[in-house]
Amino acid sequence: MIAFQNVSKAYANNSIAIEDIDFKVTPGEFVSIVGKSGAGKSTLLRILIGEEKPSKGRVFFGAAEVNKLAPKELPRIRRQIGMIFQDFKLLDTKSAYENVAFALEVDGHAQDDIKDLATQVLDIVGLRDKRHNFPHELSGGEKQRVAIARAMVHRPAVLIADEPTGSLDRINADEIVKLLVKINELGTTVLLATHNDQVVNSLSRRVITMIDGRIVRDEAKGKYVLA
Amino acid sequence: MITALSRIIKYGIQIFWRNGWVSVATILVMVLALLVFHNLIIFNVLTGEVITLLNDKIDISVYFKNTATEDNILQLQDALHSLVEVKNVEYISQAKALELFRERHKDDEVISKSLEVLDKNPLLASLNVTAKDPRDYSVIASYLDDKNLSEVVEKVTYNQNRLVIDRLSNMVGTAEKAGLIATIILAITATLVTFNTIRLAIYSSKDEIGIMRLVGASNMFINGPHIVNGVIYGIVAGVISLIIMVPVILLAEPYVSVLLPEINLTAYFSANFMKFLSYQLLFGIFLGAASGVLAVRRYLKL
Repeated sequence: MIAFQNVSKAYANNSIAIEDIDFKVTPGEFVSIVGKSGAGKSTLLRILIGEEKPSKGRVFFGAAEVNKLAPKELPRIRRQIGMIFQDFKLLDTKSAYENVAFALEVDGHAQDDIKDLATQVLDIVGLRDKRHNFPHELSGGEKQRVAIARAMVHRPAVLIADEPTGSLDRINADEIVKLLVKINELGTTVLLATHNDQVVNSLSRRVITMIDGRIVRDEAKGKYVLA
Repeated sequence: MITALSRIIKYGIQIFWRNGWVSVATILVMVLALLVFHNLIIFNVLTGEVITLLNDKIDISVYFKNTATEDNILQLQDALHSLVEVKNVEYISQAKALELFRERHKDDEVISKSLEVLDKNPLLASLNVTAKDPRDYSVIASYLDDKNLSEVVEKVTYNQNRLVIDRLSNMVGTAEKAGLIATIILAITATLVTFNTIRLAIYSSKDEIGIMRLVGASNMFINGPHIVNGVIYGIVAGVISLIIMVPVILLAEPYVSVLLPEINLTAYFSANFMKFLSYQLLFGIFLGAASGVLAVRRYLKL
């Protein structure tokens, strides 16, 4: 489903973000990508969604070679990949429902569909009662759940979570991880980039460890070890 | 497609309102450009009318010697008719010329009595020649300059209005060029201001644009609202400038009618209102859309 083939990314100032990255992800997997800040986790994810072009190598999402796609073809790929971030990236002027509905609006869904789908997905993440609340009226955990609802409303094949628990307390972080596991169990492939060792160790799933832009370990049931 | 288009327009309207006073300032600059454009159109119409009126007053008169027979005159009339430059040739016989002269001076007793004293008609027969195009008079004049005609032709008068019209045409041409330059300068200014406003809108919508990309919005969906925003500036500016023109036309009407009684400015404006509205809207939309496209291409690299 996802394949990185000898991918490297260097910037104009010769700093290397990732180097010789080579791995595959099969449908339904839950993969944690771990490493310190600056290890190249986010760069890797940005390359996967076509936000950045690799300097070398090839990146595949399904049959599409992402780095060869024209800009107008990228939105189609992005609709198949849901994304959540540490800073939630919600629109402050829109309610929880409107934030989720917005993702469907820009995809051209009919108004009735939007109403059904947005309500349904907010129900799944447990925010039906708070659907009319604005982001400033929600806790960190709730904001992240809105972000998950927005990412999942397209029913994507893959969910990418870039440090989703980074700004959450332990209890909220656990809830988000449980939600990600639940999403994975329903068939969605999950790619989790994190430097939260407790989260990774509690999962007991595949772990890819990155240090200084390189993959140093790729274990089926790995632990968070940065040595 | 219709749903997508209506949402793009909806987001464009949202950006327009969100920009508040910046939108107002942008529209004002655009209104200025459109007003100059509008005045240029009206100026063209008025000066065109003036030139047409003056052109109608130009002709060439060929006066014949007393020895010239009517056959000579009619032959020349036919020959002139055959020239492609000639629109009309009117023959005025000696008797007709006298009749017209008497009619023109019927209130002047001295002239009337003087005519009675004369035992023969002192006036000459003539041909009044009108050209299709005022520029063709020189061609007709040179045709009449033929030595063979000197036996029958007494004199040829090439109406001196020509000089006045040439000068007026030159002045009008210069004024039109100045108006066009002013329109271009203001149009560029309006485009730059609109471009900057849209750039600001793009910056202030950065989060929204980022999320649109994140959730897989098409490029058209991301770019479109900003271009719609530019088009809205153009439409609003077009309508406002036309509204401003209504009292301007009403105020100018008495002055124009004194100078050019043949022209009814208000009637002309009313009769061509839809045409003016279309011009203003098209020009406004063009400016707004061009600014939008430029800003999006420059600042929204997708």
